[in-house]
Amino acid sequence: MKEITKITYREALKQGVREALQNDERVFLMGEDVGRYGGAFAVSKGLLQEFGEDKIMDVPLSESGFVGAGIGAAVAGMKPIVEVMTVNFGLLAMDQIVNNAATLLHMSGGQMNVPVVIRMGCGIGRQLAAQHSHSWEPLFAHIPGLIVLSAGTHEDARHMLAKALKSPDPVIVFEYTSMLNIEKEIPVNITRVDISKAKVRKVGKDISIITYGIGVYKCMDAANELASIGIDTEVVDLRILRPLDEETILASVSKTHKALIVEDAWKSVSISSEISARIMEKIFYELDAPVLRLAGVEVPIPYPLHLEDASVPQKNDIINAVKKMLNHD
Amino acid sequence: MIEFVMPSLGADMEDGTLVEWRKKKGDTVKRGDIIAEVETQKGLIEIEIFDEAVIEKLLIGPGTKVPVGSPLALINPIHDKAETIVTTTAKKDLIHPIIEKEKTPASPTVSSDDRIKISPLAKRIATENNIDTSTLSGSGENGAITKEDVEKSIAKKLKGALSQEALGTTTEDETASASISIRAAVAAAMSKSNREIPHYYLEKTIDMTKALVLMNKANKERPVKQRLLPAALLIRAVALSLQEVPELNALWDNGLQIRSDINIGFVVSLRKGGIIVPAIPAANLKTIDEIMSALNDIIPRAKALKLRSSELSDSTITMTSIGEGGADSVYGIIYPPQVAIIGFGNISEQPFAENGMLGVRPIVRVTVSADHRATDGLIGSRFLTALNRHLQNPASL
Repeated sequence: MKEITKITYREALKQGVREALQNDERVFLMGEDVGRYGGAFAVSKGLLQEFGEDKIMDVPLSESGFVGAGIGAAVAGMKPIVEVMTVNFGLLAMDQIVNNAATLLHMSGGQMNVPVVIRMGCGIGRQLAAQHSHSWEPLFAHIPGLIVLSAGTHEDARHMLAKALKSPDPVIVFEYTSMLNIEKEIPVNITRVDISKAKVRKVGKDISIITYGIGVYKCMDAANELASIGIDTEVVDLRILRPLDEETILASVSKTHKALIVEDAWKSVSISSEISARIMEKIFYELDAPVLRLAGVEVPIPYPLHLEDASVPQKNDIINAVKKMLNHD
Repeated sequence: MIEFVMPSLGADMEDGTLVEWRKKKGDTVKRGDIIAEVETQKGLIEIEIFDEAVIEKLLIGPGTKVPVGSPLALINPIHDKAETIVTTTAKKDLIHPIIEKEKTPASPTVSSDDRIKISPLAKRIATENNIDTSTLSGSGENGAITKEDVEKSIAKKLKGALSQEALGTTTEDETASASISIRAAVAAAMSKSNREIPHYYLEKTIDMTKALVLMNKANKERPVKQRLLPAALLIRAVALSLQEVPELNALWDNGLQIRSDINIGFVVSLRKGGIIVPAIPAANLKTIDEIMSALNDIIPRAKALKLRSSELSDSTITMTSIGEGGADSVYGIIYPPQVAIIGFGNISEQPFAENGMLGVRPIVRVTVSADHRATDGLIGSRFLTALNRHLQNPASL
């Protein structure tokens, strides 16, 4: 029998970190305010008391500096978890991530792996304004040498980290600030997730809705509502944005023959652009309608709540797009 | 180099779908060779070529639907007689030198307006199942043809095929849909005719005694297979009468155009409804026996919808015969662009007066429906008189 436990996204993340610290003595957590303050979003609250200063390390307010330190520690044989408060600040560490983390294996002729895991809060929080609200997944997914994960569900928030720490190469894990307080049920007996594959969250036959991150629950809600009017959607959670699990995506679209791609990131040069292109390149003759994308409006995320809501796809937008694609009245 | 174009197989034909090439690039063909099979409203037609030529290039692929007059292939006549036109009905202005052709993109079929909007998947399924997408209407966005539209069409086709199998008419594969399209073709042609052509009608009762005596006498000496039918005699008599009254053996196309060949279209009723009119070419040059064997050849093929292009396109006049036991007279509607149709009723015994005496004779009521734009009643009457004279002297037939 499947046991279920109810848990917030924040608690799921914390359990993941705690488990990692318990299981491997090379693992430590470093980041701004992760120790005494308990984490900017309280993910690491109580961990300093539990594991001590060697394992829970507060760092100065310099992303380039502490991400670089994490990369150095990884090269030296440790398994650092580097927490970057939000991906917007992660841009300051871009040089370290691109030129060191993603490139050292290549530059060293295969001698130097960088097994660092960098966790970043991502996407719209709640009225945190443009500089704290953007979705930068496509930017990181662009870079060869990185593995880019997106924890769109509580289950993935709970279990992705353990798998990420097993990777010999740098892994970026995107966590979603707006989901921290949301409570969901997750199965107790599932203790691992496959971070190499996309996950079909709902099986359906009429259309494939492909999404990741914040989009997953929005698409699931839309799918459930669509089911009540007889539209049978399949929801694919990409889960890994680099390298993309092309096989799962193409298999789903080959089955439904229609694809809607949903993401919060800006539409141009995005994850949805990439997926759309691959569908076109690989399974053009399976398509029964043009691929459609719902993505962020190409403006800095606004502060007012109604404009913030309007700047990214919402449940109703997804429902309407699906109806349109299926010619449903 | 000349173009081999989609022939017109009657005034009602607007387009045809190439089903199969029987010849390939580089083949040498001679007059009368079957070059391709084309699907029309009148069924699967074998298209003949009328030149001795080498095939230079096939311009369209199987499954392509093109309007009448569109180039299908480029051929190189062996004697380089560019004026030997590909089919009798093809217009000369459709034949361009190849250099001119190269200036325009080689898409003989459709302009951009005619481009069919169809999803890649639907197109793939349609191709795999030999569905002509130009006949489908799309239910998708902006009228695009979707998988569902194609699947519906396949289901319909399958259903048609199954019901035919159930009826045991497997020899007439496509008849279910063909009979519907033949119905549509007949409807179109007859409506046009009745709308545009001012018909006049004449009738004459003809004594068939002598003709039938001669025929029965001939049949006694023949094996069953070679026996003559009255239709053969009548066709022969019509052909000879048309030699005397050529105005009825003509087409109306901006004026009366009398034809030198006498190709008599003979109406064949199809079992599932509808009619088809194959031609007996040069009937005036054929003996009765030759006409009979032509009928024996063409009627079964007409019923199976397996005719050649020339047999459908070349008629210069139409003849309809009710046959034994049917109605006494028939007033036909002209098949445009022809100018007359001759109707024969059932041959039956009737009281008949001649030379002040009344007798019982086998008689036939013959009608002429003719185009009053082209001829007047006097011409029609002259034809019936000539026909009567020939049938009263059957030995000369």
